[in-house]
Amino acid sequence: MTAIAPYRSERSTGRDGLAQLLRAEWTKFRSVRGWVIGTLVGGLLIVGIGVLTGSNSQCSFQTSPDSASHACPAPPTGPEGGWVSDSFYLVRQPLAGNGSITAQVTSLTGLYSTHGGLAAAGGSATAGMTPGVQPWSKAGIMIKASTAQGSAYAAMMVTGSHGVRMQWDFTHDVAGLAGKVSASAPRWLRLTRSGDAISGYDSADGVHWTLVGTARLTGFPATGQGGLFAATPGYTKTSTSLGGSSSTGGPALATGAFDHVSRQGSWPAAGWTGQAIRKPADMALPASAQGFTQAGDRLTVSGSGDVAPATGGGGLSSVEQTLTGTFLGLIVMVVIGAMFMTAEYRRGLIRTTLTASPRRGRVLAAKAVVLAGVTFVTGLVAVAIVIPVGERLLHENGNPILPMPALTEARIAAGTAALLAVAAVLALAVGTLLRRSAGAVTAVIAGIVLPYLLAILGGVLPTGAQEWLVRVTPAAGFAIQQSNQQYAQVIASYNPANGFFPLAPWAGFAVLCAWAAAALVLAAYALRRRDA
Amino acid sequence: MSRTADAQLTRALHAEWTKLRTVAGPGALLLTVIALTAAVGVIAANAVSCPGQACTVDSAKVSLTGIYLGQAVVAIIAVTAVSGEYSTGMMRLTLAATPRRWRVLAAKAAVVGTATLAAGAVAALASVLAGSVLLARHGIDPAHGYEALSLGHGPVLRATLGSVLYLGLVALLGLGVAAMIRDSAVATGTVLGLLYLFPIVASFVGNPDWQRHLEQVSPMTAGLYIQATTNLNALPLSPWQGLGVLAAWAAGALLAGGLLLRFRDA
Repeated sequence: MTAIAPYRSERSTGRDGLAQLLRAEWTKFRSVRGWVIGTLVGGLLIVGIGVLTGSNSQCSFQTSPDSASHACPAPPTGPEGGWVSDSFYLVRQPLAGNGSITAQVTSLTGLYSTHGGLAAAGGSATAGMTPGVQPWSKAGIMIKASTAQGSAYAAMMVTGSHGVRMQWDFTHDVAGLAGKVSASAPRWLRLTRSGDAISGYDSADGVHWTLVGTARLTGFPATGQGGLFAATPGYTKTSTSLGGSSSTGGPALATGAFDHVSRQGSWPAAGWTGQAIRKPADMALPASAQGFTQAGDRLTVSGSGDVAPATGGGGLSSVEQTLTGTFLGLIVMVVIGAMFMTAEYRRGLIRTTLTASPRRGRVLAAKAVVLAGVTFVTGLVAVAIVIPVGERLLHENGNPILPMPALTEARIAAGTAALLAVAAVLALAVGTLLRRSAGAVTAVIAGIVLPYLLAILGGVLPTGAQEWLVRVTPAAGFAIQQSNQQYAQVIASYNPANGFFPLAPWAGFAVLCAWAAAALVLAAYALRRRDA
Repeated sequence: MSRTADAQLTRALHAEWTKLRTVAGPGALLLTVIALTAAVGVIAANAVSCPGQACTVDSAKVSLTGIYLGQAVVAIIAVTAVSGEYSTGMMRLTLAATPRRWRVLAAKAAVVGTATLAAGAVAALASVLAGSVLLARHGIDPAHGYEALSLGHGPVLRATLGSVLYLGLVALLGLGVAAMIRDSAVATGTVLGLLYLFPIVASFVGNPDWQRHLEQVSPMTAGLYIQATTNLNALPLSPWQGLGVLAAWAAGALLAGGLLLRFRDA
C-alpha cells in the first residue's frame, strides 16, 4: 500500500491575501471608466448643488417698507461663541469686586398676545393682551458683565412652570426649588460673586439656603452689573397637525414682584437704573411696555424677550445648507456601490473572482474597503470645497450663518464623507444579496432618502412618526450633519424639517452603520452559501 | 398598409405582454407595489393623531402616502423592462423582430403602463378603503367636521384616480429614462433622483421664490398635488396642472429615449 500523494500546485500560496484582493478590487474599480467618471460626477454634484443653493438663498431685511434692504441681522454672540437671544429688562447697579444680592420673589405674572401683531399705535402697548405666564417666563436676580447683548452673566430666577433655575452664559441651566411662586409660597434667591465664581442659592424661607450651582465665568470684569430682571419668550402655539412646523403666537410680557431686596459688597448708595436690553429688530414688546416700579425694598420689574441660546432653524442659515448636494452625491455613490457587485454577476466575472479567491467573505471585505475608501475620499474633497465656498456665498447673500466650534465643523465634514461611504457599502451588500442592480439601488435609496424626505415633508406624517423615521431607518445617518443644538430651556420646533434630529449626531450615524453591518453579514453569508 | 401597421403593433404588443408575463420579476414586483403602497397607507393612517383641537388632516392624502414608496417599485418594473433587454442582449432580437423602433417603445409603454395602472388601481383603492376605516377610528370623520373619505366625494375620487395615473406616468418616465441610459443601476438612480431630490433641495433653498419654482417643476411634488383635497388655494399649481408637470417629464423622457433608441446602435 502506497499512499497516493495528493496533487499540490507548484504555485506559491498566499496569492489571495487581503493585500492582493484589495489590489485586484482597486484595479477593477479604476479600470471601469463609468465608475471613475461617476465618482467624480458625484463629487462635482455635491459641490455644484451646494453652490447653487448658496447663491439662491438671499436674505434681506427692511426696517420699514420703504427703507433700503440690507443683510439679515445676525443674533448676538454669547461668551461661548454661539448665537444667543439676549433681550430683557434689567434693573441694575454696578457691583465692584465681590458681593452678593438677595431678593424674595413673591409673584410672577404675565400677559401674552395670541394674534402675533403688536397693539395699534396710540393705545397702550399691552392693550388686548391675555393674562398668563409662559413656561419659560423668567424673573429674578442677575450679575452680568455689561449691558451689551451677549455678555457673560449668571442669574437665579423663578420661571413660569419650571420652578427656580440657575442659568449662566445662556447655555447652562440648573434646576433649583420646584413649584410655582406665589405670595403664600415665595422664593428667596441669592447670587454671590467671589472672583470669577458666581454661586446661586435658593430658599423657601430666607433662612435655610441651598446652593443651586456655581458658574465659573473666566474673564468676568472687576465691575459687573447686578440687579433684578424679567424676560419672557413670546407665546407660541405649535399646531399638532401633520408636519407640525406651523406655529402661531405673539409677544409676551412677564412681571416679577420682588421684596426684601438687599445687597452686600461695594454697591453704590444711589437708586436703581432700569434698562431694556434689546435691539430694534428683536421680537419683543417695545421698551415702553417694559419697566419697573420701586417702593422701598419692594420692586416690580416687567420685561419681554429671552435670555437663552438661539436655536437656529426658522430662517437662520447653518452649514447644512451648503451640503444639500449630499443627497444627490449619495444616490450616485449608491448606484456605483451596487454596480460594483451586480456588474460581476451580470458579466459572469464573479465566477473568475471567486475562483481566484475561494475565500468569499474576504472578497466582499476587499470590495467594501476599496469602495468605502474611494467614496470617502471623494466625499471629503467635495465637502472640503463646498463648505467654505457655500458659506461665503450664503454670507454674501446676507445670510448670517450659525457659528460653531471647529470640531463640530470637522465632524460635519468628515461625517458627510463617511455617510457617503457607508451608504455605498450598504448598496454593495444589498447588491450582493439581490444580485440585481435596479432592485439594490431602489432598496437603498428607498431606505435612506425616502424616509428623510417623508420626515421633512409637511402635511403627510405627524411629527411623532417623522421622528421615528429618522430614528430607526438608515436615514438616521443624516443626523451627523446637524449643526444646531437643542436646548431644554428653549421651546422651539425641534423637528427634522428644521434641522433637528431626534438622535445625537454619532448615534444617528451608528444606526446607519448598524444597517450597513447587518447587510454586510447577510451578504457574506449569502455569498458563501449560494452558487455564484 | 395601415392594416398591416395595426397588425404589426398588435404583434409588438403581444410580444411585450408575453415578455412581461413569462418572467417572474414583473408579476412579483406588481404585487409588491400593491402590498407596499397599502401597507404604508395603513401605517400613515394609523399614525394620525389629533388630540384635542381641530387640525388640518387631508385624509385622502394621508391614506395615499404609500404612493411615495410604491412609485420606487414601479420605477424598477419600468427600468428593467428596457434595461433587462440590454443586459441580456435580448434587445437585438427584439429590434430584429420589430425593426420600427418607435413601435417597440410604444408597445412597451402600453404594456408596462397598463400593468402599472392595474396594480396602481388596486393599491390606491385598498389604501383609500383602509384609510376610511382607520381614520374614522381616529376621529377624522364627518362627525368631527372632516369631509368623508369616500369615492363618491369628487376631490377624493380625483385624488384616488390621479394617484393611479401618477404611478402610470412614473412607469412611462422610467421607460424613457431607461431607453436613454440603458444601464439599470444608473437608470434607476436617475429616476429615483428625479422623483425624490427636488423637494429635498427645495427645502434647503432660502429664497421662497426659488423654492416655489423648484416645487412647480418637481415631477413628484407637482405630480402629487393630485392627492390634495383640502386647502387647494395654497398649492402653487392646481392638482391637474401638477399631474401635467409629471406628464411633461414622462413625455420628454419617452421622446428623448425614443430618439436615442431610433438613432443609436442597440
